[in-house]
Amino acid sequence: MSLEIEKVTVQVEADEPRKVVEGVSLTVNPGEIHALMGPNGSGKTSLLYAIAGHPNYQIIEGDVRLDGESIVSLSPDQRSLKGILLGFQNPREIPGVKLSTLLLAATNKRAGVQDLLKVQNPRMLVEARRYARELGLDPSVLRRDVNLGFSGGERKRSEILQALILKPRYVLLDEPDSGLDIDGVKAVAKYINKLAENGSGVLLVTHYARILNYARPHRVSVIVNGRLVESGGPELAETLEREGYARYGGEEA
Amino acid sequence: MTEAVKTSKLEEILGGWPGEELYGVEKEYAKEVEIRGKIERGLIEEISRIKGEPEWMLRLRLRALELFEKYPMPNWLVGVEHIDLEELSQYVKPKAERVSSWEEIPKEYREAYERLGLPELEQRFLMGLTAVYDSETVFHRFKKELEKKGVILLPMEEAVQKYPDLVKQYFAKVFPPSDHKFAALHVALWSGGTFVYVPPNIRIEQPIEAFFFIGASMEGQFEHTLIVADENSFIHFIEGCSAPLLKKYSFHDGMVEIFAKKGSHVKFTTIQNWSRNIINFNNKRAIAEENAFVEWLEGSIGSQITYTYPSTVLRGRGSRTSNIVIGLANGPYLKDTGSKVIHVAPETKSRIVSKSISNAGGINIYRGLVKISPSAENAFAQVDCDSLIMDSESQAHTFPHIQVDNPTATVSHEAKTGRLSDDQLFYMQSRGLKEGEAKALIVLGMLQDVLPDLPLEYVSVLSKVIQLEFSEVGAVG
Repeated sequence: MSLEIEKVTVQVEADEPRKVVEGVSLTVNPGEIHALMGPNGSGKTSLLYAIAGHPNYQIIEGDVRLDGESIVSLSPDQRSLKGILLGFQNPREIPGVKLSTLLLAATNKRAGVQDLLKVQNPRMLVEARRYARELGLDPSVLRRDVNLGFSGGERKRSEILQALILKPRYVLLDEPDSGLDIDGVKAVAKYINKLAENGSGVLLVTHYARILNYARPHRVSVIVNGRLVESGGPELAETLEREGYARYGGEEA
Repeated sequence: MTEAVKTSKLEEILGGWPGEELYGVEKEYAKEVEIRGKIERGLIEEISRIKGEPEWMLRLRLRALELFEKYPMPNWLVGVEHIDLEELSQYVKPKAERVSSWEEIPKEYREAYERLGLPELEQRFLMGLTAVYDSETVFHRFKKELEKKGVILLPMEEAVQKYPDLVKQYFAKVFPPSDHKFAALHVALWSGGTFVYVPPNIRIEQPIEAFFFIGASMEGQFEHTLIVADENSFIHFIEGCSAPLLKKYSFHDGMVEIFAKKGSHVKFTTIQNWSRNIINFNNKRAIAEENAFVEWLEGSIGSQITYTYPSTVLRGRGSRTSNIVIGLANGPYLKDTGSKVIHVAPETKSRIVSKSISNAGGINIYRGLVKISPSAENAFAQVDCDSLIMDSESQAHTFPHIQVDNPTATVSHEAKTGRLSDDQLFYMQSRGLKEGEAKALIVLGMLQDVLPDLPLEYVSVLSKVIQLEFSEVGAVG
C-alpha cells in the first residue's frame, strides 16, 4: 500500500516539448510525510501535475501506481476519485463557483450522489467551517467564489481545508508554505501533520526547509534539474537548510 | 461571424445528436386534423373554420397573411433560409379533447407530460396550467378560488369566443403583425395558447403555467399568449417548452403579449428546453403603463436555433422593466437572443441582463435595443452582457444598440466575456469532477444571481437540466 512513482519521465507538451523530469522514483506511504525538495525550476511542480493528470504534463516513461494500480492512463478526475488530491501552489480562481459548492460537488461525487448540488450530508459543511476557523480562515470563505479575491494565505489554507474534507489517500502539496507568515506556516503544518495522522500519504513539495520544522517529514528527497539526486531521513532537510542546494552543483536557490 | 451556422446544413447539425435520453423519441400518435401546404387564404380560412371563429378574427388573420406575403425575409436572421414553410404542417389538432384532469388525457399524450413531471408540479405548486400539444390545448385547469376573484384564464380560442371585446382590445395590438414577417405569419396562423385577465387589485401569489409540446417533425407551432393585468394586480406566468427528439425539424413561432396596467406587476418566465430539432422563433412584447413593473426571465436551453428578444414598451410614467435573457448554446447550435426596451414616458427604468454560455461549438448572439424617446425625461437604463466561452470552438457576439434622444437619461452598458481556461478546468477536475460536471457548476454559478428570481421548484429542475446537459449523455459528438 503506497503511492509508487517509478522511473517517471515527464514531458511538457508545448510547441517544443521538453523533458522536465527524468527517471524519478519515489514512494509515499500512507500516514507518512515525504518531503520533496529542490531549487526553483527543478521539476517538482511538473512531477505533481503529471501525477495528478494535467494534460500538458505527460508521463512518457515510467509508471505511477496507487496501491498497486497504475493510474497514468486515467483522467484527472478519475485519479482524484481514486484518492489523489493536488494542493496547488497557485490555485486558480473559479468565478461563480463557491468554495462550499465545490466541496459539496466533490464530496457528492465521492459518495456517488448523482445530483452534485444535493445537500446530502450537512455535517460536511459544519466540519468545513470548523477546519476553516482552525486554519485561521474566516468561515465566510466558504461562501465566496473559489480563490476569487483570496489573499495568498487564504488560498494556501483553502487548499489544505479541501484536503481535510476530501480525505484523499495521497495528497500532493505544492509549496503549501510559500507566501505565508510564520503563524500561517505553523497552522498549515499542523494540519499537514493531521492529514498524515488521519492516514493520508503526503508528498510535500517545498523550497525551504522551514515548514519541515513543524511538519516533520518521514523521508526527504531532493530533485535537481529534473533528476532525483538524494534521498534520506529528516536530517537531510536540516543539512539542506544549512548548506542550500549548492552541494548538488545546481544553481543556488 | 456566424459562418459556421450559415454554411452548415440543417441535417448535418441535427445528425448524430444522442438526445433520446434527454428528450425521449418521436412516437406515432393519432392526429385528428393536419393541415399543410401553401400558406394562402384557403388554408387560413380552413383553420378559422375548424375553430369556429368570429368574423373579426378571420379578418385579422387574413390581414396578417397579406403582410406576411408582402414582407421580405429578414436579412439579419441566420438559419431561417433552411426552413421551407410550405412543407410544414401549419395546423395539427391532436386526437384528444381538452380536459381538466390528467386521467382523461389519452395515454400517448399524457406520457409526454408525465415524463416532464408536469402533473405533480401542477398539483403541488401552480394556480393554473394549460398544456398545448401541437396546435391545440389538451389540458386546462385552474384553481376555483381564482375564478371567484374574477380572474379569467382560458385557452386562447375560448377567450376569443367568450370575451371577444376584451380580447379584441389587446390581441395583436401589443405586438402587431406589421412588425416583421414572422410576427405576421404568427398572427395569420396562431393556434393554442392562453388568455389571462387579472382584475384590479388581485394578486395571484402562485404561478400559472402554460406548457407547449411539439409531438412530431415538420410541424409549425404558433401558440399565442395574452396577459392583461389590470390596475395594481400581480401575476407570475411561467412558460415551458419541450419536444422529443424528432426525425426532422419543426418550427415554433409563438407570441406573447403582455398589457400591464397602472401599478400592476407582471412576471413572465420562460424555460425553453426544446429538443435540438426545433427552430424557435419568439415574439414577446409588453406594454407597461404608469408605475407598472414587467419582468421577463427568458432561459433558452434547448432548440437548434432560437431567436428571442423579450421587449417592453415603458409607456406610463414611472414604469419599470427587468429583462433577463439567458442563452445556453451547448453544441453546434445558435442562440440569437436579446431584449428591447423603449422608454416613452418620464421616470422610467429598465435593466437588461444577458447571460450567455457557449460550449462545444455553440454560438450566442446578443442583440439589444434601448431607446430613450424625447418624451422620456429622467429615464434610467442599464444593460449588462455577460458571456462565457467554454472552449476555442465556441463563440459569443454582442450587438447592443442604444439610442438616447433625451439628455436627462442615465444609460449604462457593460459587457464582459469570460473564457474557461485549461488550468481552471484542471483545477476542478483535480477535485474529482468530470469536465462536463465542472462546466455545469460554472454555468450554474454564472446564473446564481438570476436564479433566485425563479420559484425554488424550478431552480432545482433547472439545476438538474443543466447538469444533465453537460453530462456525457447530453454531450455532443
